Amino acid sequence: MVSTGKVSISSQIGTFLNSLALRELFAGMGVTLKYMFKPKITIQYPEERTPLSPRFRGEHVLRRYDDGQERCIACKLCEAVCPSQAIYIEIDSKSQGNRRSTFVYEIDNGLCIFCGYCQEACPVEAVVLGPNFEFIAESRAGLVSDKTRLLNNGTRWKAKIDANLAMDAKYR
Amino acid sequence: MAELLTFIHGLGEEYLGILWPVVWTVIKITVLLLPVMFCVTYLTLAERKVIGWMQVRIGPNRVGFFGVLQPLADAVKLFLKETLIPTRADKVLFFLAPILTFVPALIAWAIIPFNAELVLADINVGVLYMLAISSLGVYGIIIAGWASNNRYAFLGAIRSAAQMVSYEVSMGFTLVPVVMLSGSLNMGDIVDSQQNMWNVIPLLPLFVIYFVSVVAETNRAPFDLPEADPELVAGFNVEYSAMTFGMFFMGEYANMIFVSAVGSIMFLGGWLPPIPLLGFIPGIIWFALKVCILLFVFLWLRATFPRYRYDQLMRLGWKVFLPISLFWILLTGAALHLLGKA
Repeated sequence: MVSTGKVSISSQIGTFLNSLALRELFAGMGVTLKYMFKPKITIQYPEERTPLSPRFRGEHVLRRYDDGQERCIACKLCEAVCPSQAIYIEIDSKSQGNRRSTFVYEIDNGLCIFCGYCQEACPVEAVVLGPNFEFIAESRAGLVSDKTRLLNNGTRWKAKIDANLAMDAKYR
Repeated sequence: MAELLTFIHGLGEEYLGILWPVVWTVIKITVLLLPVMFCVTYLTLAERKVIGWMQVRIGPNRVGFFGVLQPLADAVKLFLKETLIPTRADKVLFFLAPILTFVPALIAWAIIPFNAELVLADINVGVLYMLAISSLGVYGIIIAGWASNNRYAFLGAIRSAAQMVSYEVSMGFTLVPVVMLSGSLNMGDIVDSQQNMWNVIPLLPLFVIYFVSVVAETNRAPFDLPEADPELVAGFNVEYSAMTFGMFFMGEYANMIFVSAVGSIMFLGGWLPPIPLLGFIPGIIWFALKVCILLFVFLWLRATFPRYRYDQLMRLGWKVFLPISLFWILLTGAALHLLGKA
């Protein structure tokens, strides 16, 4: 107790009896006992999952148009904007007509900080951070996604990404 | 039952001769210690489950249904790991320490009566034996801290030694009035003297002091200063790995069960049912039930209270518990004298 002024004898006796009977300790134990019977909040991960925001930034994907053509036009804006320089692009010298495409498109997930700037920079919504976060690798080399893997990711997560982009479109 | 025992004794003496008493003792020890070890392993699971529930989690549930095989998995893990020895450790003492902690926790069980007949050593100085053995445990911890040659381990060991020695005093004094009431140092006689009224009723404050003291004595939360993780990493067992660590761990849990058993014998009437009407249930079940309740309180305390500060711990032991228990000895003596029982 903070002793500001006089404390009455009766309240002193009350405090003494309370501490003698360990009242606050029993109150604390009552709280833990109550929580023992409450419903548990554990999420049993592989079977149960938490909901993901449509803006969740997981593994990168490279998207295609509906007719199967790659969206990426090799403008290298994502490579330029990437703060951790995780993206490496080589332009396909045999690009046909007036459209350029990439020959090499690599993202090093070991460097990537998942800031999503590449997605922001992309003029054609080709590179997007998808909802997948389960892409462990057993070596550093395994963390580097090449173009094939990124395009395959795009096919694999297409429905989910389209839905997420549509949901987020009105805020852009 | 008695006929079967005589038959076994006859058979044993016929085939083994003078060796038979030794073999028979070994058999009895095995029969006693196997359930104790079983309880120790499953107490670890119970602890993780209960604390999990109190923290609104579900606890281990992956290894076997409801996590029942978790202790087995832990044991396998401990056995398969490498026993690391620090280069500058004292190797003999380093290995002696876990043994010195683990063995007293087990040999103390010899005097615990599970019911009126079931006791390994029905000796007349049971309480003294218990106090003597339980104070041996501190040597293992001091030696562990010394032999590890590690500052954290040594600090933990010093703390542990001071703590265990201080709390042994008040723990011993809380048991004196019980001995005065029953007029015997034999565990079985102490339980028998509680036929009419459990000792916890006239000696309630002492029971509370006893329980808090043994929580401190067994180095359990909220008095787990010797292994206070944030300050001392892991205290005296910081350098131990694999089964050497496992021995400390099992010793701690065996001690918890032991002091719970002593508490239920001294204060809660051992194998006696709460009301005579329930006497048809075997005594060993009542005994196990009381021990389980006390063990649950151990886990409950750990889930509830933050760790004590070291000076507070010492103050509580010497300035609060010791005077109260001494006063209660005086009070018990006076009451017994006035009631004309002594």
